[in-house]
Amino acid sequence: MMTADAPAVLAAPRGRLALWLLLAPALTWLVGLIVLPHVDLALLSLRARVAPRVYEWSFQQYRTFLEEPLYWRTFVRTATMAILATACTLAIAFPVAWHIAKVARGRSKSVLFILCLVPFWVSETVRTLGWMILLRESGVLPRLLADLGFTAAPVELLYHDATILVGLVYTSLLFMVVPLVNALESLDDALIEAAYNLGGGTVSILRDIVLPHAAPGIAAGSIVVFMLTLGNYLTPTLLGGKNSLWFTEQIYAQFITRFNWEQGAAFGFLLLALSTAIVWAGLRLTGQRLGDVMRRP
Amino acid sequence: MIPSLPRSSLARLATAGYVAAFFAFLFVPLAVVALFAFNDANYPAPPWRGFTLDWFLASGGTRTGLFADAPLLKSLGTSVVVAGWVTLLAVLAGTANAFLLERARFPGKQALSLLMLAPLVIPGVILGISILAFASRLAQFADDALGLELDFLRPGLPLVVAGQFSYIVSIATLTIAARLKRFDATLEEAAYNLGASRAAVLFTVTLPWLRPALVGAAAISFLMSFENFNTTLMLTGSDPPLTIMMYGRMREGASPVLNAVSLFLMVASALLALLLIRRPRSPG
Repeated sequence: MMTADAPAVLAAPRGRLALWLLLAPALTWLVGLIVLPHVDLALLSLRARVAPRVYEWSFQQYRTFLEEPLYWRTFVRTATMAILATACTLAIAFPVAWHIAKVARGRSKSVLFILCLVPFWVSETVRTLGWMILLRESGVLPRLLADLGFTAAPVELLYHDATILVGLVYTSLLFMVVPLVNALESLDDALIEAAYNLGGGTVSILRDIVLPHAAPGIAAGSIVVFMLTLGNYLTPTLLGGKNSLWFTEQIYAQFITRFNWEQGAAFGFLLLALSTAIVWAGLRLTGQRLGDVMRRP
Repeated sequence: MIPSLPRSSLARLATAGYVAAFFAFLFVPLAVVALFAFNDANYPAPPWRGFTLDWFLASGGTRTGLFADAPLLKSLGTSVVVAGWVTLLAVLAGTANAFLLERARFPGKQALSLLMLAPLVIPGVILGISILAFASRLAQFADDALGLELDFLRPGLPLVVAGQFSYIVSIATLTIAARLKRFDATLEEAAYNLGASRAAVLFTVTLPWLRPALVGAAAISFLMSFENFNTTLMLTGSDPPLTIMMYGRMREGASPVLNAVSLFLMVASALLALLLIRRPRSPG
């Protein structure tokens, strides 16, 4: 629309100045805060200290990662848990997204949708505090279980892998429900009715009509949830305690606790590589563009 | 499946039950946080020992309430200041970026617009460490080569603002550019034909059209900054924002004063949300 006559304006000398003025914030931001820091981080990960303040090029940091079982096991574990959390989030969110998009009508539809968003107006810290009060040994749920006679005494429900999973799923639901609702809303009810009239059962309608149509939304939600889960720090450390073994925790330990920035930088790059690979694969598999996925939530 | 198809009443009941359970799952943790802000016990755990406002108001005795807890209030203030700066910078830069993406044509635009999305797929922890390492290298360089002591490059609030800005501006850009795209260019042409200057057109036609997006981007930026944990954790110095302060206290053990500050945040964000929803939308 506008682009047709915009170049004429920007081609004039004054337009050229305007273009550079518009470019200035973007370039400062992208070069100064994204590109250069990551190049620096890459260089940092590729050096080793041979004497005080003397460094040389080396793959030692990456070798340490492969040779130390604790490190690569934590990495694999984090990735596995993130995949598991993404699958659980999808399974839990789908029926609710279906209800909001296809069953609820009018006012109740918008109320339910807004109710899904409300918990995410408060920070993850607050939500995690809620789970800690619910699940810790002296907390609400263990006491309830003991009072109802399910357990003899209150049991510790924090610091298990399942606890971490619950926390991660809880924190991710919004990012799954919104793209799913958007995808399902654009599905014409007449298609489902037609399939039913032609003798399709629930399973075949779901498999042949609903899932293919919702695939872009499922992919978008899954990509975002996986990425956020992989990079999460707060939920695994607070709900998993010392047993959480989360990879971001290793990065923090190397950088802040042990002050081994070279090792931390290498860990950071490994996490970035995994995260980017999964996002890229997800986009390729479903033939979507990054811009469209990010615009959805 | 859908209401126009016949469903057994059992299926209907099961769906309703599932949806109810889902919303219970969503809200129980928040309800519990709010409830135990008023429990008359030193530890946020059952049983219920009676109603008290100590965790908001107490001071001097064995209990310190939210409004007497100086470090907690200070970190709340720090969060507001950081979020204010991030919001201002993100909306200004986001507006410039939106015009750049929607109005300008220049070589490498495609690559630039893709690069603008990159911060959204970089884990927050990595944004934090890369900016930390780079700033530290710059500070080292300034010290070695020029003999300058550049404190703002050391972990602290300027770096926290930079770190949060680095990805929040992507979101602001997307929000504002989406609305600018839907702008009817003939409105600007009409204003030019009527003799308006470029500045007059910008301030009386284009920016008023963008207003809802600018307000929306500001609200999202403020909220994202206020809630940010991952990036902030890596960049914070001696005066931590609220999320970092709360995290530290939650690791040490629990005090209902954390419930009090959480409830305060819930009420504040609910008011903000109501304000945004109730605000009359501009025509168009």
